[in-house]
Amino acid sequence: MAATDSTEVSVKKRSNADNKVVEIRHLKKSFGDRVVLDDVNLDLYEKENLVILGRSGTGKSVLIKCMVGLLKPDAGDINVLGYNVPALTAEELNELRLKVGFSFQGSALYDSMTIRENLEFPLKRNLGIYDKSELDELVMTSLQEVGLEKSADLKPAELSGGMKKRVGIARTLILKPKIMLYDEPTAGLDPITSVEINELILEVRDKHNTASIIITHDISSARQTSDRIIALINGKNKLEGTFDELKKTDDPDLKLFFNY
Amino acid sequence: MTIKDSLVSVAEVYTFVIKFLKEALFPPYEGKEIVNQCYSIGFKSVFLITFTSFLAGIVFTKQSQPSLSTFGAESWLPSLVSQAVVRSLGPLITALICAGKVGSNIGAELGSMQVTEQIDAMEVSGTRPFSYLVVTRVMATTLMLPILVIYADVVALLGSYVMVHSFNSSSFLLFFNEVSSSITYLDIFSSLIKSAVFGFSIGIIGSYAGYHADKGTTGVGKAANTAVVASMISIFVIDLITLQVLNLIR
Repeated sequence: MAATDSTEVSVKKRSNADNKVVEIRHLKKSFGDRVVLDDVNLDLYEKENLVILGRSGTGKSVLIKCMVGLLKPDAGDINVLGYNVPALTAEELNELRLKVGFSFQGSALYDSMTIRENLEFPLKRNLGIYDKSELDELVMTSLQEVGLEKSADLKPAELSGGMKKRVGIARTLILKPKIMLYDEPTAGLDPITSVEINELILEVRDKHNTASIIITHDISSARQTSDRIIALINGKNKLEGTFDELKKTDDPDLKLFFNY
Repeated sequence: MTIKDSLVSVAEVYTFVIKFLKEALFPPYEGKEIVNQCYSIGFKSVFLITFTSFLAGIVFTKQSQPSLSTFGAESWLPSLVSQAVVRSLGPLITALICAGKVGSNIGAELGSMQVTEQIDAMEVSGTRPFSYLVVTRVMATTLMLPILVIYADVVALLGSYVMVHSFNSSSFLLFFNEVSSSITYLDIFSSLIKSAVFGFSIGIIGSYAGYHADKGTTGVGKAANTAVVASMISIFVIDLITLQVLNLIR
């Protein structure tokens, strides 16, 4: 375990730099006078689950929103799948977004549509698929993966919190992304449903070979899903390591997480 | 709100309009969704427009009749009412009703989508939400307002005829002849252009308010409120400007 601003990091890093899918350097973002991200650096590798751990309001969600161009950073480089995100045109950004799945904290399902229509929406608009049988097959395959094939014709309001999270994940998976970004995937869920969602995150990585960034403050979720953890404290990536490495930390801020 | 905030808002609305024009004029076009929005914005407003326009026709005729009869000019009633309805009353009533019903609906709907990150979800899945949500709604209000205004004019004149008939039992044909002889093509054309501008402003203001809603449930309420108030103010300003322009033409 080591502070990430040093050049040496003791976690099991992939030796081949070619399998790096995300590289962030010196990222800064402020809202007015409030500095949210202050010189954040991180790398994400193929088929890796990277957990960003931190308290609420430390800029975790801002970080992944900068990665998909939802927010513009004040300074720094964000390289995702070879795209220099801050410099992309609208068309290039759309091209990148097809390769990056984003699961929102509140699921963000389109509440005027049924679950089926939610999943069909990106297929129709991005891939131009309008053939009913093809749409049905893709939608049902995606829903089967998250165990919700019987809920296709329900509206989001008729689903529980855990089911909404699953549909949100299915909706992003339907475009077969190379990277998944999960924003607080277990927030507001009971412990059993949280474990199910964590298992789903692992299944997604194993089945689709995706690299993932999981934003969370849930320590059990971090333990279950992470290959590597970055602790984001006061807008800085303070510590980096595996779950077991970070557990032994003397850092007072992070110690609170593990001892809670 | 400070002067700086107001100037920032004006600049943002300007940018919003430019973005609308860019996305509306160049493909891909959202034909199917525009038709859906036209149905939802236009057809679903018909009952309210019928009710209010019919009553407006009756009330305006009833209030005008005593003044005209004082000067022995009661026969001018169809002519007066038709000019008032086509030039001003029809477009104004329809636009105000739509600002309240459609504007608030657009503001609240898009505001709610913004607050619950649904617009962000569309954005990150590369589905061009601005085109799907904003362009379609603004196109629908711009297209539907003139149609609703024609309908409102007809219904208001029917209401007026009911009143005129109750005063002097005049025939529908006579009433219709008087109406058609007193309305010019310029009246109709300018009324339709004005209505389209009303529709555009209702759509763009409602969409802007919703698209830029603050987080939280109060943000949705504020977006709906802003959509209605700002649309209504813009309607009166546009009405005043078109009146000045038409006076110059006439």
